[in-house]
Amino acid sequence: MTIPSETTDPPVATAPAASGGELVGRSPGQLMWRRFRRDPTGMISAVIVLFFILVAVAAPLISTLYGKDPYTTYGQDRPGLLNDFGFPLLPNGGMSSEFWFGIEPGLGRDVFMQLVYGIRTSLLIALAATIATTLIGIVVGIVAGYVGGRTDYFIGRVIDVLLSFPSTLFIIAFMPVLENLMVKPEEETPVWLRATALIIFLTVFGWAGLARLLRGNVLSLREREFVEAARVTGASPARIVFKELLPNLWTPILIQSTLLLPALVTSEAALSFLGVGMIEPTPDWGRMFLRGTEVYTDDITYLMFPGIALLIFVVAFNLLGDSVRDAFDPKIRR
Amino acid sequence: MLRFLTRRSLGAAFILLIVAAVTFFLFFAVPGDPARLACGRVCPPETLAQARHNLGLDQPIFVQFVEWVFGIFAGRDYEGLGHCPAPCLGYSFVNREPVFNTIVDRLPVTLSLTIGSAIVFLIFGIGTGIIAALKQGKPLDKIASVSSLIGASVQIYFVGTLAMYFLVFQWQVIERPRYVPITEDPIGWAYGLMLPWVVLAIIFTANYTRMTRSTMVEQLGEDYVRTARAKGLSARTVVMRFALRGTLTPIVTIFGIDLAGLIGGAIITETTFSLQGIGRLSIQSVLNSDLPMLMATVLLAATAIVVLNVIVDALYAVIDPRVRLS
Repeated sequence: MTIPSETTDPPVATAPAASGGELVGRSPGQLMWRRFRRDPTGMISAVIVLFFILVAVAAPLISTLYGKDPYTTYGQDRPGLLNDFGFPLLPNGGMSSEFWFGIEPGLGRDVFMQLVYGIRTSLLIALAATIATTLIGIVVGIVAGYVGGRTDYFIGRVIDVLLSFPSTLFIIAFMPVLENLMVKPEEETPVWLRATALIIFLTVFGWAGLARLLRGNVLSLREREFVEAARVTGASPARIVFKELLPNLWTPILIQSTLLLPALVTSEAALSFLGVGMIEPTPDWGRMFLRGTEVYTDDITYLMFPGIALLIFVVAFNLLGDSVRDAFDPKIRR
Repeated sequence: MLRFLTRRSLGAAFILLIVAAVTFFLFFAVPGDPARLACGRVCPPETLAQARHNLGLDQPIFVQFVEWVFGIFAGRDYEGLGHCPAPCLGYSFVNREPVFNTIVDRLPVTLSLTIGSAIVFLIFGIGTGIIAALKQGKPLDKIASVSSLIGASVQIYFVGTLAMYFLVFQWQVIERPRYVPITEDPIGWAYGLMLPWVVLAIIFTANYTRMTRSTMVEQLGEDYVRTARAKGLSARTVVMRFALRGTLTPIVTIFGIDLAGLIGGAIITETTFSLQGIGRLSIQSVLNSDLPMLMATVLLAATAIVVLNVIVDALYAVIDPRVRLS
């Protein structure tokens, strides 16, 4: 992409005009990208986030190169790795040149592979929930703000109720109920059912905040002259929503969903930690936490890996969200 | 003010009724029979039917809900089980006593955890925030924003477990967290909950420091502060009585959210430190399929959120008389 130099830059050899370079029209997206590129924190956190995504996507490749998979119970299959109590014999959780991040206590699986594949699970669930949450939030927010009246009142009360719901507690309580309904007692819960249930629950309790925010934005946009002008020229409601309102809402939508994703990753991890997240044998960070807190008095190393990985991921994502906000909306000073 | 409070309380009660109804219908409409739990392991059909009748489970779900709601205000009688006095949230089949008794038993643990840590992080957060604003110290400011970012990104079950590992098991600086009623032994109470308080404070303090600092700096530049200074008031009075008051509004907002989060999120904190509060109670009742108990814990958490919302909105007007309640 050839982005012309800024007008304030010293004129390059090709632009001899004394009045400064030629004026260039730039789209808001281009402006945003230019501002974002100059923000070192944002760029670094974007690289870290991309690294996590890359690891998630390339997990099978990493597995092939590393020569292990997240399911084989190396510690149980091979003597000399775990002691009689199921804890790694080597210090620091059994870290060695062969098992980089050590061995899981008990089952004896490879921690590095668990971590790498765990990103996949966490990211996939959080991403799906973020997309669903954002879509519902956009639709409901615009409808409430644009239609107004009784619809707005009704939606407002639904949002009130949802925001008052103790969501974590409710999900924990309702997960077994749902499984009672969907799965016969003699069968095992399929992994896809748990994943879908998690995505749905996170979405159901997630959209209300975004919808309320967008409703407020739509309410103020609706009264602006350009919307009035569009209405006077006979634009259909669909045109007003898609061509007039939506382009003005992309900024809050993008900012909110960048901040929503890490929040959902931690929510999913917390639910797994409480025992209603992903089930064995699917690798999952939250369940690593659960196992880690069970064995921490004997093997603290196992807890450190998901702990530090999640911390880096969430910090990077939060910083990225802040930088996106600054790039989109330079007027906001934090 | 009174009108505002009445209106908002009615609204809050309505929201709670809906939360209760949704939870009730979702939990009780599904297969799984509370009467079987009440009846015991060996359960002849006629005893089961009797238990079902005694608990009112043979009635339509809607009637059951209405009876449950009335029970909260008027109490109710369970045939063969005895009377359940006024705030009757149901009868626990697992504990064989009214749900309310267990809640009253466990609530002090959660409240001590919440209020204790709130006091710690409010004092430290606002205190360091004021100092940072007055000194305009750049290093402290940087430290505060970095640690508030980490505090917001770190997980209680991670830091909490690390703290337990190092402080309790490795270095043995402090004992395992435990709950001693404050009425029995105030020092033991504070000592037993010290570790969870400190861990929660680590997570929350920095956010208050940052918020207090930025708002305080803004307030110190306001005209009314200059007027107060010009009148010859001492620096202490200007900061503590004038500027601090203007700083409180955003703090009250996040404090309301955090407090509700602490009460509702007690599940994770109590699991991490193995304390027997409402959070653990709710997990146990899920495991025991003790639906009435679970209903009560859900309702309690929802009440905390709703009531705190009303209180926060009312406090705005108390702090800043210019705010009109509507």
